[in-house]
Amino acid sequence: MPLYKLQINGQTHEVDVDADTPLLWVLRDNLNLVGTKYGCGVAQCGACTVHFNGSATRSCVLPVSAIGNSKITTIEGLSVNGDHPLQQAWDEVDVAQCGYCQAGQIMSAAALLQQKPKPTMEEIDRTMQGNICRCGAYHRIREAIKLASTKA
Amino acid sequence: MSTVNKSRRAFLRTSLLTTGGLMLGVNWLSAEAAPAIIGNASGAASGLGFNSFLSIATDGTITIFSPNPELGQNILTSFPMIVAEELDADWKKVKVVQAALDTKAFDRQVTGGSGAVPHSWKLLRNAGATARHMLVQAAAQKWGVAVDECTTGEGFVVHSKTGRKLGYGELAEDAAKLPVPKDVPLKDRKDFKLIGKAVKNVANKDITTGKPLFGLDFHRDGMVLAMLQRPPAFGTKIKSVDDAAAKAVPGITHVVRFGNNVAVVGKSTWAIIKARRLLNVAYEKDGALESSEDHDRLFKTLLDSDKATVRRKDGDVATAFSTAAKVVRAEYQCPFIAHSPMEPMNFFAHVREDGVELVGPTQTPGAARTAVSKLLNVPEEKITVEMTRLGGGFGRRLKTDYVTEAAELSSIIKAPVKLIWSREDDMTGGSYRPAVRYRFEAALDASGNMIGYKLRGVGINSGNPTREDNFPSGAVPHLLIDSVEHASPITTGAWRAPITNFLAFAEQSFLDEVAQAAKKDPIVFRLELLEKAKTAPVGAIKYDIDRMIGVTKLVAEKSAWGTKKGVGQGFSVYFSHRSYVAQVADVVMQNGKPVVKKIYAASDCGQVVNLSGARQQVMGGIVDGLGHAMYSKLTFKDGAPQENNFGSYRLIRMTEIPEIETYFVDNGIDPTGLGEPALPPTGGAVGNAIFKASGQRLRSQPFVDDAIFNGKPAGVNKTARPA
Repeated sequence: MPLYKLQINGQTHEVDVDADTPLLWVLRDNLNLVGTKYGCGVAQCGACTVHFNGSATRSCVLPVSAIGNSKITTIEGLSVNGDHPLQQAWDEVDVAQCGYCQAGQIMSAAALLQQKPKPTMEEIDRTMQGNICRCGAYHRIREAIKLASTKA
Repeated sequence: MSTVNKSRRAFLRTSLLTTGGLMLGVNWLSAEAAPAIIGNASGAASGLGFNSFLSIATDGTITIFSPNPELGQNILTSFPMIVAEELDADWKKVKVVQAALDTKAFDRQVTGGSGAVPHSWKLLRNAGATARHMLVQAAAQKWGVAVDECTTGEGFVVHSKTGRKLGYGELAEDAAKLPVPKDVPLKDRKDFKLIGKAVKNVANKDITTGKPLFGLDFHRDGMVLAMLQRPPAFGTKIKSVDDAAAKAVPGITHVVRFGNNVAVVGKSTWAIIKARRLLNVAYEKDGALESSEDHDRLFKTLLDSDKATVRRKDGDVATAFSTAAKVVRAEYQCPFIAHSPMEPMNFFAHVREDGVELVGPTQTPGAARTAVSKLLNVPEEKITVEMTRLGGGFGRRLKTDYVTEAAELSSIIKAPVKLIWSREDDMTGGSYRPAVRYRFEAALDASGNMIGYKLRGVGINSGNPTREDNFPSGAVPHLLIDSVEHASPITTGAWRAPITNFLAFAEQSFLDEVAQAAKKDPIVFRLELLEKAKTAPVGAIKYDIDRMIGVTKLVAEKSAWGTKKGVGQGFSVYFSHRSYVAQVADVVMQNGKPVVKKIYAASDCGQVVNLSGARQQVMGGIVDGLGHAMYSKLTFKDGAPQENNFGSYRLIRMTEIPEIETYFVDNGIDPTGLGEPALPPTGGAVGNAIFKASGQRLRSQPFVDDAIFNGKPAGVNKTARPA
């Protein structure tokens, strides 16, 4: 198996995995970064969302061989103390029900705010429609993004 | 009782040996070291000392053990709130710990039926009140004053006459030595400081930072991972297995067959996913290979069957219908749907010589233990079950199939194993909300009074698809409710608000049709019926008439019922799982298609425990009810599910949600549960609003299959033809 040097959350990690291994499983199985979730494996639910050079990307369909020197950020690396404005807003609005999809939701939202610090409701909806919340916490997800955008 | 003055981690190490399951869950929630704990764990586990639910550290930190599985209903916050309320604890100093299965310390460690809070309400209050009483007693003794001169608040006992106060931490050691009092008085609800307030989820920080909370996140050194290849169609079994190619995949440790499963076991998820694709398994017919078209035909036959089971019979239905001024008939049908929790099924099992360790997401740890005990012939006391957080449940994790699979596999390969279902496994693996068809008939007299009512429910592995003692039973003099069930190889199970998740839509839509035929306002029509159930009751009923009237009137007021221009409003009210929820949906037509703009919900779940969590349950229930009514269906071809992932099986997304307003009736009744009751009324409110806005009556789900959502003019609607 080939050896890959991955830039994840500001650190270099070496992993020895098959070239077609999705980043999701490298994170979860090899690097013990389990905040990134498996939901569908086919880029339909957004639970596995990470940042690939700052863009929201579904890690379940991103082969490790395609990463190269690109910078990957996972929920564990979004902020040092878990206090990214979105993480704070998620607490303030009390978003989570089961919580399983929320890391992916936050990563999608964080990429949006990076590109568009003050998004409209329509822009929020359009971005976030790729992330399923089976508990139906969409109202609060939306509210938390709006709240974070006013603080950032 | 003894004082254990060690770090939490050290404390755990020493207590694990003696306590079985109780403290095992701690590593899932509080990673940071906690201070010393008064009361050893065996005391806590056996109900001695303070009790099973709490311990108090010398620094005032209060640890509250929450025994029921957390799947998003927020029990991990609301249970401890109830204890802390009666304890008069400082909520900021409360640490919450998910308790493992411990049938000696706790009862009903189940998440299902919206029953946790109703069941444990008094138990939890009593736990807090008892400990509070002991702390007051300890303070009074120390000060040499009377107990009734002392008050409590924010984790302190106060003697206001002399201005003295002592923290619970300072008193814990003495208090724990006191005899446990019985029949301690509980607070008057007007004195509640926490209960009824919006309190944030205690797991927020862990959730938003990606901590390993869920079953799929569980790791044990030395464990292997596994996936099973199950039959692709219901009604088939394994004929032969060629596993040579799968076994050759690097990282694969075992490929073993048990029952109708072929397990692929290995060291990494990707290796087992790839190896499983290389399995060559041939299947043969083992039962009926049913298709959705077969079910459609079958339903029509069963609706006319003369072999129905009578569920309820009042008065003389035949005469009522033969003498009726008007008869209304309609049929409603729902498809199978999957539970689709975001975290697919999974469980960790380690079957050892001396016992079995089970860890993972389950709504019924007790049933899981019993099932594994029977399967492996191991006594229950040698089996431990630790609950992780559940990435959703919706009833799917009331089943124990995935737990026994993990245990059986571990016993075969003699290794600790985490069994993982892929999304496709999860969606095609059965235990669905059953498909059901209903036929309703109503007889009206010349004044538009409903004097006769007939309901026949026919379902596939549905059990009783009716709720015969629910409204409108009790309000109609001549009534017949019966059902027919078809046995199928397609497995079914409880799906959030079992049966009522669709029955409520069908019934509330039909009553809307009857109101229309009677030329009455839909809400007035219901209120008249409820009034009749009160003044001229017929037979026994399960619902409380006044509570149903209460939510109906509240939602009518809040939604400005009947006064809006250009908006189609639809009403629905339903009683399920002890609680009452009425909803009004506002629908407008945009580009010829109905759009749900807003849903108002009035809920009577008795005392609201956590206002934030309660609102979430109502809003989430509405989004869930709307989403599945609008979009979701699972169809079959020759026994094989045709949808297997979120690309083909549609769930509601953020762009598709309406505005929601939630209201609660504040009546001080003991809590009656809220995990499910907000879901059933939604389909009816929306369907009735769509009718009002478009003139089109929707009688089957998902709505999105209806012509009205596909740009076709009304009148060519295939799914909504009157019976």
